Amino acid sequence: MAEFIDLVLLAMLAMLALTALRIIFLKDLFAVVMLFGIYSFLSALIFLNLDAVDVAFTEASVGAGISTVLMLVTLAMTGRKEKQSTHSSLLPLFVVLVTGAALIYGTLDMPPFGHPDNPVHQHVAPRYIEESPKEVGLPNMVTSVLASYRGFDTLGETVVVFSAVIGVLSLLGVRRKKKKDLESGLETHRVLHVVAKNIIPLVILFALYVQFHGDFGPGGGFQAGVIAAAAFILYALVLGLPKAFAVVGPRFLQWMAAAGVLLYASVGLYSMYKGGQFLDYNQLAADPIAGQHYGIIIIELGVGITVFAVMLNIFYAFGSQAERSNVQ
Amino acid sequence: MDFLDIVSSILLLAGVFFGLSGAVGLFRFPDFFTRIHAASVTDSIAAILIIGGLLLQTSFDLNTAKLVFILLFLLVTSPTASHALAKSARHGGLLTLAESSPQDKQESAK
Amino acid sequence: MTDILAAACIAILVVMAIALARAFKAPTVYDRVLGVNMFGTKTVLFIAASGFLMGRPDFLDIAIVYALINFIGMVAVLRFFEYTSPIE
Repeated sequence: MAEFIDLVLLAMLAMLALTALRIIFLKDLFAVVMLFGIYSFLSALIFLNLDAVDVAFTEASVGAGISTVLMLVTLAMTGRKEKQSTHSSLLPLFVVLVTGAALIYGTLDMPPFGHPDNPVHQHVAPRYIEESPKEVGLPNMVTSVLASYRGFDTLGETVVVFSAVIGVLSLLGVRRKKKKDLESGLETHRVLHVVAKNIIPLVILFALYVQFHGDFGPGGGFQAGVIAAAAFILYALVLGLPKAFAVVGPRFLQWMAAAGVLLYASVGLYSMYKGGQFLDYNQLAADPIAGQHYGIIIIELGVGITVFAVMLNIFYAFGSQAERSNVQ
Repeated sequence: MDFLDIVSSILLLAGVFFGLSGAVGLFRFPDFFTRIHAASVTDSIAAILIIGGLLLQTSFDLNTAKLVFILLFLLVTSPTASHALAKSARHGGLLTLAESSPQDKQESAK
Repeated sequence: MTDILAAACIAILVVMAIALARAFKAPTVYDRVLGVNMFGTKTVLFIAASGFLMGRPDFLDIAIVYALINFIGMVAVLRFFEYTSPIE
């Protein structure tokens, strides 16, 4: 079995390297975006084979899904051809080669791959593996580390995601159409309309499963938010932005994004009010384990709400710009 | 190897055969519309056979439900995607091999 | 049974590699999209089969995400084609 996994990993790394090389020599930016999608899918597969299921989940949904869509929207705004570079590329090549050589030289000092005596397996990992079933009691240890032991880091990440949407909105802004609705959406694709309308509820259901099953299997708030946003993005792509605005408007999404972060932080404040430290879930209920469970479910919900609102709002901002620039 | 395992192996291997033949068709067929035909038809049958083969390996539980969900999802989305892509290609002005007359052949074949 | 599953996994990997080759060198833009789409659907099957091979049925969740994202990417590409003329 180990040889099989090695073989699969080798094949995937080869495909990954080939894809990266092909991307360098392509001039058509649309083809580059397509290959970047494949690149993300392949990296997710590699994570999967290394047994990092939660990371693979995130990479597949964010890297291959949302980024590809956003890059396509950007291409629709800017154009498909790479600008011809005029100056020579010898110096950059030299810099890249030296940096690459230094990095490869650095890897020689790294501990052997997957060895049990590596520092990464000696530091905090044994404690998490031994104590987390007693302290947190969740079958999915990744969720316990992410949401409980590293709860403060995850709060920081959620704030980073929140500030991303502030950045995008202050640069682009979501423009609503003032005049009559222009032609928008894939009007001529009748089959796509019917299929998309029937698929979207299933996707949202799956997002909810990922959200609330994250304690037991792969997934959690981050992935669930992205999948739910993907469902709405599908709706906006097929039926047009104005109809999507009628379902969830950009203004409401801004409130949602803030509400998710506030929900997360308020759990921390409430645990302080109960006499513990910030984000000390043990205080949330009489039984510490039950308190941990409540805390993790609520903060995952906060993360899910924020990520959903932010991803969808970024897509709205990009999409409305693209429609505006292509109408004129 | 009991009966179910044998049936499951046959289904898996048949699915893999159709997948491979579709991949060959992706390169061997002369124009885009025949190629998308090769790819999408084999996509559906390969998905049915391979997931059917895996379904026989499960003991009726959550995994069965997930596999059925994947199968339904693929059976609905993959032909839709192929249809929409072919329609889009048609709309974009791509011609079949029979339609493209010899003088503008190099234009459409490119 | 493990041998059959492993053989199936490797064969699907070969199909993925062929689809990747089509995406690398495509006569038309649509062929490239077709290659990418086929790569995606075959990846879904690969994940499902390898999950059974390694005894990790939670891989199936990832397979669902792949199928979903593949479809949405496809729709995004079609929408993109409405904006620009794909054949130059």
